[in-house]
Amino acid sequence: MFAFVINRILQAIPVMLTVALISFAMFAYVGDPVAIMLGQDFTEAQRDALVRDLGLDQPFWVQFWEFVTNAAQGQFGLSYRLSRPVAELISERAPATLELAFCAAALALVVGVPMGVYTGLYRHSWLSRFFLTFSLIGVSLPTFLIGILLILFFAVQLGWLPSFGRGDTVQLGWWSTGFLTWSGVKALILPAITLGLFQLTLIMRLVRAEMLEVLRTDYIKFARARGLPNRAVHFGHALKNTMVPVITIVGLQLGAIIAFAIVTETVFQWPGMGLLFIQSVGAADIPVMSAYLMLIALVFVSINLIVDLLYYAVDPRLRIGRGQGGH
Amino acid sequence: MSAAVQRFFGSDLWWSFTRSPITMVSAIVAAICILGALFAPVIAPHNPFDLASLNLSDAFKPPAWHEDGAREYALGTDDQGRDVLSAIMYGARVSLLVGLSATAFATLLGVSLGLLAGYLGGAVDGLLMRICDVQLTFPSILVALLVDGVVRAALPREAHDQIALFVVIFAIGISEWPKFARTVRGSTLVERNKEYVQAARVIGVPRLRIMVSHVLPNVLGPVLVVATLNLGLAILAEATLSFLGVGVPPTQPSLGTLIRIGNDFLFSGEWWITIFPGVALIAMVLSVNLLGDWLRDALNPKLR
Repeated sequence: MFAFVINRILQAIPVMLTVALISFAMFAYVGDPVAIMLGQDFTEAQRDALVRDLGLDQPFWVQFWEFVTNAAQGQFGLSYRLSRPVAELISERAPATLELAFCAAALALVVGVPMGVYTGLYRHSWLSRFFLTFSLIGVSLPTFLIGILLILFFAVQLGWLPSFGRGDTVQLGWWSTGFLTWSGVKALILPAITLGLFQLTLIMRLVRAEMLEVLRTDYIKFARARGLPNRAVHFGHALKNTMVPVITIVGLQLGAIIAFAIVTETVFQWPGMGLLFIQSVGAADIPVMSAYLMLIALVFVSINLIVDLLYYAVDPRLRIGRGQGGH
Repeated sequence: MSAAVQRFFGSDLWWSFTRSPITMVSAIVAAICILGALFAPVIAPHNPFDLASLNLSDAFKPPAWHEDGAREYALGTDDQGRDVLSAIMYGARVSLLVGLSATAFATLLGVSLGLLAGYLGGAVDGLLMRICDVQLTFPSILVALLVDGVVRAALPREAHDQIALFVVIFAIGISEWPKFARTVRGSTLVERNKEYVQAARVIGVPRLRIMVSHVLPNVLGPVLVVATLNLGLAILAEATLSFLGVGVPPTQPSLGTLIRIGNDFLFSGEWWITIFPGVALIAMVLSVNLLGDWLRDALNPKLR
């Protein structure tokens, strides 16, 4: 177990270093930060001073090492667009994105798994057919159109829910939360549905497929033969054994949720990291882009690690007979 | 020619096509989308880019069946008096062009690298597959966004607007090649140990030639399916990028651009400016995806 964890962490390091190299190359070679920061009027001396301050006269590897050590401490310099520390900008926006992503993932799991179990158990009922058709639409509709349609119905036509922003937030230390006010919760509903719908349909289809597979196995027949109640067979034996692939996909989809949060945040003008990122792409604000890239890479690598560890918790077969590495 | 046609109508593929009403409907929808886009300059009722024909007094006309609508503008007009139906037809052209080119680029790159990795093995294989692994960890839309952002930052603004279309194609293509590489590598690993490859090697056919003219034709089947399924994704990726405002330039609006522009008028009640391009996008992507699904099942001998 311990060796496995160490092995996984060692595998993650080259990935992070590669991403850091890409981020740094963006920093060093794309655009001219000195020209951007100086503006129109400057003297040669001012220019040289800035180049020295930024460390741009140092050799490549020295600069890269600087970049990595700074990044490890959360220092990414100043945003070209807003002239504020990138770390500050991101930590301001992070709570909004994380709350949104959490709600979307929770929605997808809480609704998607039962729907998947139901459609797996009662394959031919009309409700199952309805769920499957619905999931086909969920897979084919682009995220931003789902958002626009939801706004059109629930915000413009019915006027029930707000169509943009986070509503009122409460400050808990450095974390600003929308969970504690009514308007904050109301503002969260439409974006969370928009972001979670695709994941919901994916989880539902996956659970359904796995349930159909598991229900055919001998141990399910044996459990039925023993006269166990349906509930014990379905949830104790069948559902539990579908969990390994579900955990993988859900884990990997958490990353997709954060990526698609960019789209959802644009549609709903949600003041999170995704909106910050897309504004930075539009303005060629390299420090914010590379910091976001590093952060996303870190999130993905950690999620992969956690998913691997969860296998161990869920699947006892992995704990026996495998000394180290692999999964 | 007629023999080929006869063979086609007698084939398993055609048989399974006629057995699936959903596939036939999606083929018709896809054909309408493609023909409408292809012949937009000929059949579109108006030219949305001809500034002389635009009339601001025609702006914000609702669809024709609405009491304020004009028969001239079947699906209404936008804020500048452009006919929404014509704009959709021209927009679909851009969407399809980008989707097809990006898929072609991804196919070319993925097939070549997958073939190399599978046939050569060793360090080349290890390196290429490692890159695939890392890239597949990230959602492709994120990769496309980053590539687009970097190119945008690297080029001056005027230069960027001129080649924006190619940048989008490149960004989407780059973000989707690993799927092709993996598919091809898998089949190449199987093919390279077969007798015909060994025979070719024994008589001294050069490696490149074995790869291109012996192995390649035998690994292309699954690629067709991946490419069809990928086309829908590429069209969606382009629409998403354009919706975010970093895709194709506003002078050549795609369906995604039209949806973004129309989105500004959603609150004032002019829903048709954004909803109709959205419906067109869904129809196009859904029909392509359903065709891809059918092709995958029809070409899979296990499911026959």
